[in-house]
Amino acid sequence: MEFAFTDEQCMIAETARIFFADQATSERTRAVMEGEGFDRVLWTSFCAEMGMGGLALPETLGGAGLGMVEFAAVAEAAGAQVAALPLPGLAMVAAALLEGGSAALQSEYLPRIAAGELVAACSADFVREGVGDRLSGTARFVAYGGVADLFLLCGETCAWLVPADAKGVAIEKFVTMDQTRPLAHVVLSDVEAISLGDATGIAAARAGWLCLAAEALGGAQAAIDRTVAYALERKQFGRAIGSFQAYKHRLADRVVDLEQARSAVYWAACALDEGSDEADLALHAAKSFAADTFFRCAADMVQLHGGIGFTWEHDAHLFLKRARGTQSALGSGDWHREQVAALMLGEAA
Amino acid sequence: MRLGFSAAEEAFRADCAAWLAGQMAGDFSDIRGISNLVDKPERRRLWEQRLARDGWSCIGWPEAWGGRGASLAEQVIFAEEYARAGAPNRINHIGVELAGPTILAFGTEEQKRRFLPGIAAGTSIWCQGFSEPNAGSDLAAVRTKARIEGDQWIVDGQKVWTSLAQFSDWIFVIARSEEGSKGPKGLSFLMMELDQPGIEIRPIRQINGEAEFNETFFSEARCPADSLIGAPGDGWKIAMGLLSFERGVSTLAQQMQFRNELDAIVAAAKANGAASDPLIRQRLAAAEIGLRLMRYGALRMLSNADPAKIDGAALTYKIQWSTWRRSLGELAMDVLGQEGEISESADYGFAILPNLFLYSRADTIYGGTNQIQRNIIAERGLGLPREPRGDL
Repeated sequence: MEFAFTDEQCMIAETARIFFADQATSERTRAVMEGEGFDRVLWTSFCAEMGMGGLALPETLGGAGLGMVEFAAVAEAAGAQVAALPLPGLAMVAAALLEGGSAALQSEYLPRIAAGELVAACSADFVREGVGDRLSGTARFVAYGGVADLFLLCGETCAWLVPADAKGVAIEKFVTMDQTRPLAHVVLSDVEAISLGDATGIAAARAGWLCLAAEALGGAQAAIDRTVAYALERKQFGRAIGSFQAYKHRLADRVVDLEQARSAVYWAACALDEGSDEADLALHAAKSFAADTFFRCAADMVQLHGGIGFTWEHDAHLFLKRARGTQSALGSGDWHREQVAALMLGEAA
Repeated sequence: MRLGFSAAEEAFRADCAAWLAGQMAGDFSDIRGISNLVDKPERRRLWEQRLARDGWSCIGWPEAWGGRGASLAEQVIFAEEYARAGAPNRINHIGVELAGPTILAFGTEEQKRRFLPGIAAGTSIWCQGFSEPNAGSDLAAVRTKARIEGDQWIVDGQKVWTSLAQFSDWIFVIARSEEGSKGPKGLSFLMMELDQPGIEIRPIRQINGEAEFNETFFSEARCPADSLIGAPGDGWKIAMGLLSFERGVSTLAQQMQFRNELDAIVAAAKANGAASDPLIRQRLAAAEIGLRLMRYGALRMLSNADPAKIDGAALTYKIQWSTWRRSLGELAMDVLGQEGEISESADYGFAILPNLFLYSRADTIYGGTNQIQRNIIAERGLGLPREPRGDL
């Protein structure tokens, strides 16, 4: 039992932090927000040059053979910069293929996903219409659905892999509140899809919850750090505004949330890596707690910056919008807490 | 980063669980499950001695001083098993977790020989003399005075909120030993025997009807000159060192008590149907999540146990647990409804859950109020400007 990063994990976290701080700048993110909301150049650097796309994949499949703790550390760094990258899709599709894909499917897709050649997106609530070998139905609000090359569509009892260019796949893109994570509907009409095993959907969801929670942790930390910097620089009544107790105490409360979110994310990551029977509890806790914490930190970032925090020019809204989108994605906080309640108490009456 | 325990650690778990279960089913079954700090003090003193006899009293201490030199993982395991067995709250918590480690860290060899064996054996019970009527949040404002006279220190003044003083043998006191000094300067840290004519203890009745803490009056109270830990004037440094031990492994034992409380609420909610109310389910889930995060926060804090660089998990721990537990008390009352309003005994004594509601109002006050904790987090953790000080 040692609940602290190893030296190697510290190094990975620091490498990722520097990479995103240097590369995922506000300027670049804002440029892609005007377009498809996906920083392809950054994604290629991240996956191929940094070799981080396959961090948690086995070495035989083009990965680094590490685990979800390392992946979480990297996702945290990406979240701190609100990087416009399809990290949850990568995590979910990789987990699903590792869980339910044949060796042939794994070696066909995973090395290319890890290298950034294929962009993967995932829906956790695909609604199927009809039965049979071919697939029809709709996945609503798929993150990066408009730019993905490959979809993992998880329904209640099964999951399918669908190339975006397969015949019968239609994509409806939306202008999305969080322009760094645009949503799209994926509509299938009589599509030839690859069916994966029963357990793949839950494997994908677990990886997605952890990824969102880790990104949220990074975003929450950054929202606090940036607000602290402003609090020290901005003066009113002849003092730094960060010297006022009303201001300090609000930030302190966010730090209390943040530290718990940090415990939640790495508890969940360890539980996944160690195959703990607490994994589901940990993941529901992490996703709900970290997303809510991110929202509170980002909302306070706006409030504690005053008027400038409400401008388009300031980055506070990037955090606020990512936080809000994260709360709604892959199950609301209330839904995750109800799952925890069901684990504690049994099903609702 | 790894959360699982090794096979050797699991074997250690089986050892201590078996010993604890044997004691709680045998000689000490009468004090099993006592969660307050005031019932059956004499039996609990004997329990301290039984723990000591079999080498389970202060397992984190070095072997040379009666401990086992237990690893962090072993201490975590023992704390968990201790509470799981329903063993009562330690009446000598302050001796084992605070006084002992402070003497180990700052005491002379002679002082270690003088004080540690009694703590290790469970024969000297300790309490803490820090707060005063005018030195609460502003602890450095203590006015209790100590002066040297021949080969003795003479102490005059008053301490307050001295938990368990009525059951204790010894008290450590911070007192002003430099005439005219102010704030954290000029304080000294003294170890004093309570049973002497110069010390008077008066229990204070609390909002739950119990009297766990006291006023402690010093009128020409005495202790030998070599009862001072560190040098004269080092008292503040020693006191702050001592408070850092408060964030030790004992936090995990405290959490197991919280686990028992949450389990009692869950049982009550299942019994009266509240467990099917979606709003109550949300709050129970949030309480469960909060308790788990407390555990992992504590493990992070203990895994990074470098007192020189206190990290975020350690800085936020007090406000985290106290606020969680105060909310737990409110949840307990919402689950119980009016049933929670009724005293269990004729003399205003409440069952575990209503008592939790009342008692937990103190959690966000003692040991540094939530407001003081927020100042500390903002100033030490975030580097925001310090609160302006009035004229000392």
